[in-house]
Amino acid sequence: MHNLFIGELADRLAKRQISSAELTQHFLGRIERLNPALNAMITLTAKQALADAAAADARLSAGERGPLLGIPLIHKDIFCTDGVRTSCGSRMLDNFVAPYDATVVARLKAAGTVMLGKSNMDEFAMGSSNETSYYGPVKNPWDTAKVPGGSSGGSAAATAARLTPFATGTDTGGSIRQPAALTGVTGLKPTYGRVSRYGMIAFASSLDQAGVFARSAGDAAAVLQVMAGFDPRDSTSVDVPVPDYSKALGQPLKGMKIGLLREFFEGLEPRNAALLEDALNIYTGLGAETLQVSLPHLPLSVPTYYVVAPAECSSNLSRFDGVRYGYRCENPKDLMDLYKRSRGEGFGAEVKRRIMTGTYVLSAGYFDAYYLKAQKARRLITDDFRAAFDKVDLVIGPTTPTPAFDIGAKMNDPVLMYLNDIYTIGANLAGLPGVSVPCGFVEGLPMGLQLIGPHFAEAKLLNAAHQYQQATDWHTHAPRGYA
Amino acid sequence: MSLTRQDVEKIAHLARLSITAQEMPVYVDSLSSIVNFVDELSRADTEGVLPMAHPLDGQHQRLRADVVSERDNHEKYQHNAPAVTAGLYVVPRVIE
Repeated sequence: MHNLFIGELADRLAKRQISSAELTQHFLGRIERLNPALNAMITLTAKQALADAAAADARLSAGERGPLLGIPLIHKDIFCTDGVRTSCGSRMLDNFVAPYDATVVARLKAAGTVMLGKSNMDEFAMGSSNETSYYGPVKNPWDTAKVPGGSSGGSAAATAARLTPFATGTDTGGSIRQPAALTGVTGLKPTYGRVSRYGMIAFASSLDQAGVFARSAGDAAAVLQVMAGFDPRDSTSVDVPVPDYSKALGQPLKGMKIGLLREFFEGLEPRNAALLEDALNIYTGLGAETLQVSLPHLPLSVPTYYVVAPAECSSNLSRFDGVRYGYRCENPKDLMDLYKRSRGEGFGAEVKRRIMTGTYVLSAGYFDAYYLKAQKARRLITDDFRAAFDKVDLVIGPTTPTPAFDIGAKMNDPVLMYLNDIYTIGANLAGLPGVSVPCGFVEGLPMGLQLIGPHFAEAKLLNAAHQYQQATDWHTHAPRGYA
Repeated sequence: MSLTRQDVEKIAHLARLSITAQEMPVYVDSLSSIVNFVDELSRADTEGVLPMAHPLDGQHQRLRADVVSERDNHEKYQHNAPAVTAGLYVVPRVIE
């Protein structure tokens, strides 16, 4: 049952061959049995899940149908869930019970999904390995000595281990695509503004975007259909019509122009390069044309990101003051002591490092040299992408430089850790949609192929990923012990 | 460029973060290496380039009518507060 795709599950639910209650029990059982080795979950909501499943079954019995009606899911613990602890992977919010639902949560709830629980993540989504969580690292189901990637590592590991049919995530610099690649699942980051950020705890507001982990592009299309759309409660939500993503999946790729990002292929590890070569052959076999494109300013993307993101983080996280919600230190001697110790004790090391980086680049005397300079570099990078999309429909490259690395390997060198995001950050800086799909294995660990499209080209992107998955079976491989 | 302990103490104060004596050397080192890394930007030619404030061009901050859209939910919201008295957030005495 756990190896079925969402469409297959929906079909069986519609025919009443299975009930949502049975499906929910099945996945809760898998979580109970398999999650202790993975630590992918922060909070389980089993009781509410069974109640929601019963409600979905009632709707199904009444004749209602929907692509996600009665389907279980896991939410990244960055999305506010009314009445359920929303920790963001931090001691700061360990005791925080969200008083309302994020728009993403509300939309998926209305579609009849059943929340199994909230997934583990890097603290405040700051990390590329899921090791900065207050709740401990998540393990990669392909090899529990390896990281699952981050920051949405719990959602990725849970989807790969078939603890859920799908999961939500957020992507600020690669936090959906990178863990999707490292755990062998499909991860979609939509266009900035496509999915509402309301109720999604903010890290870097000009980069953050909600998306989905699923086991196929077809499944991701069904989920995006529900998540996407204008929301007046998010001032950066964009009022652009939402196309029928599932309908777009049948388009032949004949004549599609796919750009090979020269900067992504230069110096690529040979086994990673060989997998991409195979993928390109698949695409040419499907009738697509591949041509070289260049993003000359791409080498600036990681330093640009590590100015812009920490700057926005330092501003966003100033709301955690030990006064209105969240952690408060013991016996503060005055208000300043309360602020400093509540924040000093409530935040973990990486979060404090990013707040301080951001504070520094925004401080008097440094603003022009760092923040303003980075925003200019950001335009150069965005203009490079725009020029590339004048020539091609989509661009293609690897999602990560290497497969999953050992837990602990990069924790003492933040710059080394930041370079993990080298292929994913560009899409965030330019606000572009990107998808990572499994494309093979290096040393028994999954690798991802990344497709990036112009703004609002999710339909084209998902179709290109879907056509690839029709011609290959990498996305059907399950980690040993989880099949 | 390398940050000094005094630089990091000043940044931590601006960010309202207490940093313990044991943690301090780690932050001096790691923040210095991050600042060195992002200093690569100084080599980029950005002459005449407009800084980008929003990933989607042509998007403007939307305005809405100035009407009440939320109900009073302070009791629910204050459930998460560390200390509340009579609907007010309690902090250490500020004025003697």
